[in-house]
Amino acid sequence: MDKSEKFAFILSGLLLVVFFGAIMYAAVAKDIDVPTCITDMDPFERDTLFQTGPDTYELQMVARMWAFQPSTVRLPAGTTVDLYVTSQDIIHGFKIEEHNVNLMAIPGAINYLRVKFDKPGEYLFACHEFCGAAHHTMAGRFIIEEGLDEAETEEDV
Amino acid sequence: MSTDLFRFTKSSKTLNAVLIIIPMVLLFIGVYGGLMQTLFRAGIIQSDPFVGGDYYKGLTFHGVLNAIVFTTFFAVAFGNALVPFALKKNLNSKVAWASGILMLVGSVLAAITILMGEATVLYTFYPPLKAHPLFYIGLTLLVVGSWVAFYNWVPMYLEWRKENKGKKTPLSVVGIFATFIIWFIATLAVAVEILFMLLPWSLGLVDEINVMLARTLFWFFGHPLVYFWLLPAYVMYYVFLPKMAGGKLYSDMAGRLVFMMFILFSIPVGTHHQYMDPAIGAQWKLLHGIFTFAVALPSLITAFTIAASLEHAGKNNGGKGLFGWMTKLPYFNKENWFFPYLILGLFIFIFGGIGGIINASYQMNTVIHNTAWVPGHFHLTVAGPVMLAFLGGSLYLIGQFMNKEIRLKSWAMISPYVYTIGLLIMSYGLKIGGLMGMPRRTNTGASYANPDSILYQADWMPYIDMTVIGGVLMFIGIVIYIVSFFTTVFSKSRSDEKDAMVTFPISESLHDEPATWLRNFKPYIIIAIILIVLSYTPVIYDVITTTYGGSLPFSPDSPVPLR
Repeated sequence: MDKSEKFAFILSGLLLVVFFGAIMYAAVAKDIDVPTCITDMDPFERDTLFQTGPDTYELQMVARMWAFQPSTVRLPAGTTVDLYVTSQDIIHGFKIEEHNVNLMAIPGAINYLRVKFDKPGEYLFACHEFCGAAHHTMAGRFIIEEGLDEAETEEDV
Repeated sequence: MSTDLFRFTKSSKTLNAVLIIIPMVLLFIGVYGGLMQTLFRAGIIQSDPFVGGDYYKGLTFHGVLNAIVFTTFFAVAFGNALVPFALKKNLNSKVAWASGILMLVGSVLAAITILMGEATVLYTFYPPLKAHPLFYIGLTLLVVGSWVAFYNWVPMYLEWRKENKGKKTPLSVVGIFATFIIWFIATLAVAVEILFMLLPWSLGLVDEINVMLARTLFWFFGHPLVYFWLLPAYVMYYVFLPKMAGGKLYSDMAGRLVFMMFILFSIPVGTHHQYMDPAIGAQWKLLHGIFTFAVALPSLITAFTIAASLEHAGKNNGGKGLFGWMTKLPYFNKENWFFPYLILGLFIFIFGGIGGIINASYQMNTVIHNTAWVPGHFHLTVAGPVMLAFLGGSLYLIGQFMNKEIRLKSWAMISPYVYTIGLLIMSYGLKIGGLMGMPRRTNTGASYANPDSILYQADWMPYIDMTVIGGVLMFIGIVIYIVSFFTTVFSKSRSDEKDAMVTFPISESLHDEPATWLRNFKPYIIIAIILIVLSYTPVIYDVITTTYGGSLPFSPDSPVPLR
């Protein structure tokens, strides 16, 4: 093996080690992680939103052909939400604009991530897994308002 | 007899020509579908003007015909060509024909069910969306046919080894065998998914299916699938490209090491497609992420080795200085029309490879998962280096197996340039759109890109329009290619004796080391199986223990289950 080849191999390996280090840093120091197994939650068929603390809520969301329930969620700015998602029929998925939330909604399983909404605004979430003929109409919004008294949800019928 | 010529039997030449021409027709239907996708997404059309049906039917045949049917046929034809050529042994043509017929019947069945609108399930066919049973049967026949082709090469290789003790297996054969070893192991999982889950459920023999389990088995197959696409292109980069550029392969050992590393790390990585899924522990997702980084290593080594080979060639051609060699490569020589297909693919793969590392980077996947970024990425891989190498390879093979002089060489030479410009524009539009949140697999033209819809996203529009411009250019590139291809097919054959022989541009190596530790596939296959068991046992365990209930089948047209 000649010198430049050996150098290229070592450099490639180091590059990957640096990338991997960055991932671990984000996971450990910044607490940005991917969804994991949820075992402490009973299956649910209806959506609910309830307050669990001064600035914390739990939202159980149901995806179905072709709507999210709820489809609009109003929350005060500064809220942290424990977000549980499942599907009632086929596979759906969504990503919340400008937030580190991206979840597959799969029948027979519960998916979970925690998300904090700091900045007021409207954040779209569009279904991003093909779910049939009207897939492209399946979307919803988080509406974050400063000084909102009570969180509320709306549903498309 | 010279070593760079080999006489194929008439029957195997005819078979290989059939294995190139029929998928080329199917590819063109798929490419047409691709053009329509961009028009649908921009809201320019609402239904397919020729084939009929909606965006999702078109998306299904675009994916199945281009990414699964065309690629599998090419890989088999390429192996049917290179294995006999490199080992100087003829194919058992009965077995080869049996494999070809299985693949053809399977592909036609799958294509018909899709075009009839009975299998609008996209190329990932995730349950509980249900396709017509013939769709699953068709895909099974295609895969089984490709297995039969591989079994046909194994005794040839074993016989060659017995007769050539102590000699290195030709690099092309190492590459093809690596491709099909990965393919065989990976397709076992999808065979289990189809034969034991999807097919009985689709036929109504069982009512319910575990969606997460089916999906996990699919991705066991789904990621190694991309190496099944990529490795034949790598064979061309290592074996053909240095000679076509006017030089030698920089390191023979690097090529062998790369192919063995792909056998090791191609498969225990599938869960990186499921980072955002429920019911799989985050620690196992991370493990698959680590292996994905490991499988990036052979591609980085390839980047060095091929660049070094091209530098050697450029300097041979009179290039001076640090970068002067880059200008001395045959970019626009129509007699060397094959070269652009490979060099442009390598250029595109710089972006494809970087994008792949981003996707694999665990929590960074949150930013891009299932957004338009993803098709942006895989068009820079499978529809970039792979597609271009397979198109160039198809034209070359058809010339060899039908004894034709390639016609319209300047068309053949210019096609990959037009295609590449279009591809870069389209992928840029998809990738930036994806970063803004645009979902993939979505008929945006009917909602997010429709100014009358409440979902209209004005800031996505410039990027959606870019995909149309890029898509049209790509389509023009393919049309230019198809004209050259079929003009060649229907031209008069050469008849002199020498032209009946088949030849390939096989590069010599600049550094040729004995590398005895890279001579045998067996230890690498055993380690690969151990890695697969270690990485997939906990994943499957999580899926089975964390999911509940089963799913009835659904049609894409109704929220009410089919039974």
